[in-house]
Amino acid sequence: MLTVLFDGIAYGMLLFVLACGLSVTLGLMNLVNLAHGAFAMTGGYVTVVLVNRMGVPFLASVVIAFFATAALGALLERTLYVHVYAKSHLEQVLFTIGLVFMAVAAVDYIMGSSQQFVKIPQALQGQINVLGIGVGKYRLLIILVCGLITLALQLALMKTRFGSRLRAAVDDQRVARGLGINVNVVFAVTFAVGSGLAGLGGALGAEILGLDPIFPLKYMIYFLIVVTVGGTSSITGPFLASILLGIGDVAGKYYAPKLGGFVIYTIMIAVLIWRPQGLFSRPTAR
Amino acid sequence: MPGMLASDVAQRLARPSRWTPLEIVFWLVALASIWLLPNKHLILTEIAILALFALSLDLILGYAGIISLGHAAFFGFGGYAAGLMAKHALVTEPVLALVLAGLAAAMLGFATSFLVLRGSDLTRLMVTLGVSLVLREIANRYSDLTGGADGLQGITMAPVLGMFKFDLFGHTAYVYSLVVLFLLFVVARRIVNSPFGLSLRSIKGNALRASAIGIPVDRRSIAIYTVAAFYAGVSGALLTQTTAFTSLDVFSFDRSADLLLVLIIGGVGYLYGGLIGAVVFKLMQDWLANITPQYWQFWLGLVLVVIVLVGRERMGRWGAPIRALGGRFAKR
Repeated sequence: MLTVLFDGIAYGMLLFVLACGLSVTLGLMNLVNLAHGAFAMTGGYVTVVLVNRMGVPFLASVVIAFFATAALGALLERTLYVHVYAKSHLEQVLFTIGLVFMAVAAVDYIMGSSQQFVKIPQALQGQINVLGIGVGKYRLLIILVCGLITLALQLALMKTRFGSRLRAAVDDQRVARGLGINVNVVFAVTFAVGSGLAGLGGALGAEILGLDPIFPLKYMIYFLIVVTVGGTSSITGPFLASILLGIGDVAGKYYAPKLGGFVIYTIMIAVLIWRPQGLFSRPTAR
Repeated sequence: MPGMLASDVAQRLARPSRWTPLEIVFWLVALASIWLLPNKHLILTEIAILALFALSLDLILGYAGIISLGHAAFFGFGGYAAGLMAKHALVTEPVLALVLAGLAAAMLGFATSFLVLRGSDLTRLMVTLGVSLVLREIANRYSDLTGGADGLQGITMAPVLGMFKFDLFGHTAYVYSLVVLFLLFVVARRIVNSPFGLSLRSIKGNALRASAIGIPVDRRSIAIYTVAAFYAGVSGALLTQTTAFTSLDVFSFDRSADLLLVLIIGGVGYLYGGLIGAVVFKLMQDWLANITPQYWQFWLGLVLVVIVLVGRERMGRWGAPIRALGGRFAKR
């Protein structure tokens, strides 16, 4: 029981790191980015190549995966995404689905369609005993890393100048622009960091989530659930939503494996009907 | 327009409902394909089914402005309904089964329309996607009934109307699909050119103003969503009947996403868009799959990205001369 809870929390933390970039881009630029999972997949594959083929240490590869994906995110943001901000949601959806299709086929072409596994160092395998519960070392690492990232994000958002600019831009873009905040730069940076975090999550999660070319399609719905249930006005909302989703999914697979994703999708629809703005959102001024 | 007489207005509104020569040529070509391309009937059947499915999405997206990422839900529901009716010999006559499958999907559409009406575009995307995923999970869960991941096997189709047997080369299947497509197209054409259809367009334009001039926005949206679900259910049932097989694949996200691409290629909010899009999409898919059997999705994705970046309006302008030509024919 406690092991399920623990695994669920690890899974939820992972989902949060994967999806938090998406929630900010949605809140900030009103951009529906279904291709977010593609960045996570990129991070995962970067790690696979670095660790398995080039022998780079695991943790160093994870950090490299973050920067590589962030760079890719910044590049795509400046060259492609910039053109679709002003377009309708329908066109954003089409555009990002197109990107997903391309990413899936490209990865299939380069890396093959079979599932990839990252060689995790010996020190991180196995279980240790914490207060009488068997705890996977790797999952513990995930909780620690993701917990630190969450704290850092929260601090950056609340205490730094950039954070207050970002919050101002999310709340009211036009007024923020009027106050002299360069919203475009704020957004480019946020997009890059968000993509980088997705890449980091993909790198860490390759072991738990499984890594194959259809990753972006398989987890798209999870990211969207986190964002829609959590709301886009803060990072605590998506965080709580991720944890709930993680625990719910792990518990569902453990206790009622036959139901599959049924429980989660139903809950999502119920939440959206009950509170279309998300469970944890505060009422907006507009 | 000031100074316009009521009769002028009526005439202007009635004009789109008249059949133009270009439309008649379009359907004559479709009819001629039965005899001219006898060895292409298998892919032509797929095109006809996809066209009907695209028509269905166009009714809600192009006319009522309801965006959906899970239209495959109704397609799959109709497909399984038709498959189960045929397999367990509940309703053996295909045409009757087709109508029943469509009605079943319409009931599902009516029930879920209340979920879809709430919230913004994003919520709608999520809810429609969620509904199709839930259905897929249910179909997977009750594998005794649906065959689960292996698909629904052992369907034997009775002859259409008790007279025309389904053959191996797909001749019957194509004629059958084409007739169904044509009949439902005519109905859709009536719907969108009726006052009801005009009210849908005004809802798409501005829901608030539409309600201010007395249009019951919610009721109209529910109605068209239900009708569109019927169309999607019929197209799914057609696929099951013509291939004597159905699988979980009918609910897949790719199907809903491809459908959006079909509609974008052909043009939204104009019934022929779905039909032309289906032809172009299938030919393109077939062509790409021949060149790169495994990676054709990449090029499909590229097409989507380019279409959005170039902009549909600009592409629409490239298509304008053809439409102008059609208009000139119409005036004569």
